[in-house]
Amino acid sequence: MTEALYRIQNFVPIQASELLNKVRDMKSDGQRLGQICCTKVEEGFEILYSFDKDHVLTNLRLTVPEDEAVQSVTGVYWPAFIYENEMQDLFGVKFKNMALNYEGRFFKVSEPTPWNPQK
Amino acid sequence: MSKRTVIPFGPQHPVLPEPVHLDLVIEDEKVVEAVPSIGFVHRGLEKLVEKREFPEMVYVIERICGICSFGHGWGYCRSVEGNMSIEIPDRAQFLRTIWHELSRIHSHLMWLGLLADAFGFESLFMHCWRVRETILDIFEETTGGRVIFSVCKVGGVRRDIDGEELKRIVDILAKLKDEIKKLADVFFDDYSVRNRLCGVGYLSKEDAKELCAVGPMARASGIRQDMRLDGHGAYPYLDFEPVLEEGGDSYARCKVRIREVFQSIELIAKAVKRIPVGEISAPVKGNPSGEFIARMEQPRGEAYYYSKGSGSKFLARMRVRTPTNMNIPAMVKTLQGCDLADVPMLILTIDPCISCTER
Repeated sequence: MTEALYRIQNFVPIQASELLNKVRDMKSDGQRLGQICCTKVEEGFEILYSFDKDHVLTNLRLTVPEDEAVQSVTGVYWPAFIYENEMQDLFGVKFKNMALNYEGRFFKVSEPTPWNPQK
Repeated sequence: MSKRTVIPFGPQHPVLPEPVHLDLVIEDEKVVEAVPSIGFVHRGLEKLVEKREFPEMVYVIERICGICSFGHGWGYCRSVEGNMSIEIPDRAQFLRTIWHELSRIHSHLMWLGLLADAFGFESLFMHCWRVRETILDIFEETTGGRVIFSVCKVGGVRRDIDGEELKRIVDILAKLKDEIKKLADVFFDDYSVRNRLCGVGYLSKEDAKELCAVGPMARASGIRQDMRLDGHGAYPYLDFEPVLEEGGDSYARCKVRIREVFQSIELIAKAVKRIPVGEISAPVKGNPSGEFIARMEQPRGEAYYYSKGSGSKFLARMRVRTPTNMNIPAMVKTLQGCDLADVPMLILTIDPCISCTER
């Protein structure tokens, strides 16, 4: 019978300064980027980078203030452009060095950053 | 160097039932670059967790898409159940698995029909959809709905299927298998079908890995990746291996889906044989306060369901990452170098679901 791998969740908190190195480590370990997700929290944004290897999940959790630009990981995982542009359009997360930046036009939104309305 | 021209593809196009846009950079008749653009009908359903209590949210999540609706509901429930450490009765796990595999059959048959339509084989399209109707009839008989079922709830399922009915489903599927076999022979052997699919939109195993492809798109390039192997539902009891092909082209993607239809029929037969008697739901007490990611193998591939509780009836965050989202980079890659005439069919071979993407 298959082991219940879905129970392994692995949420690992990381600092903004170590993001790129950690993501590079994941890549060299053969991990696949599963998704990136943003949650609005009191401290700013909580960004979850999920990776998969052999059906086991690992999540890097980065918490950043709203006005701080996050290093893009598209240089390591190009498909991350989907998620970074989504977070940029819906939450207003700022990214540095994006490989493919739609500059707010990936989603056709009727108001800027609808999931994090500016006061 | 030939002159480059940019041809807009979509958001409205005969092969696209839903809006997605691509800027195709063309040199002569070859695509050299494709720039995707989505978000035309983004609904922001995830945001509704702020207004809908977590048990009600199942109904919203099921409405992300009308094809893999059951899988979305199940994924959401698994996420909340993991969040609240709720153990589901085994019978409910088997029932969920049976409905989910039926959904895979109907989704793949629908896709095969659309593919046949895209290369102009109208009668094949109609036969695929005719066969698919039988699956929708089973849904109607067992859940009351043909598209949205609302049988999944946090803690289990709302409806049971009795032993007689389960045996009848297996008999129906056994008969259906012969009909699907006839369709499969056409897809596998017909000269004109092979001519349109073989060697078109090649994605190597390395590229599929690099581009983080999921589902049949990855498995058609030889990657053994199937979230049903992570031990959820009744899958640990069903002893199966994911369908793999090595070709990496549109033909291989078509083959994976056809073989998966037969595999789903077998999985349902096994599940019916091994389904235990017992309760179909567990009590749900309290509110979610932790976080949990559940992953499902939807017909189009791996989907993520992340829930973060707030200790109240309302989740702090619900995130659904659908397979089409993850296959867009691979689609862009396979479009590079293809003939302009193959673009519609190539887009179809990732089986794009824009409803899912625009959740």
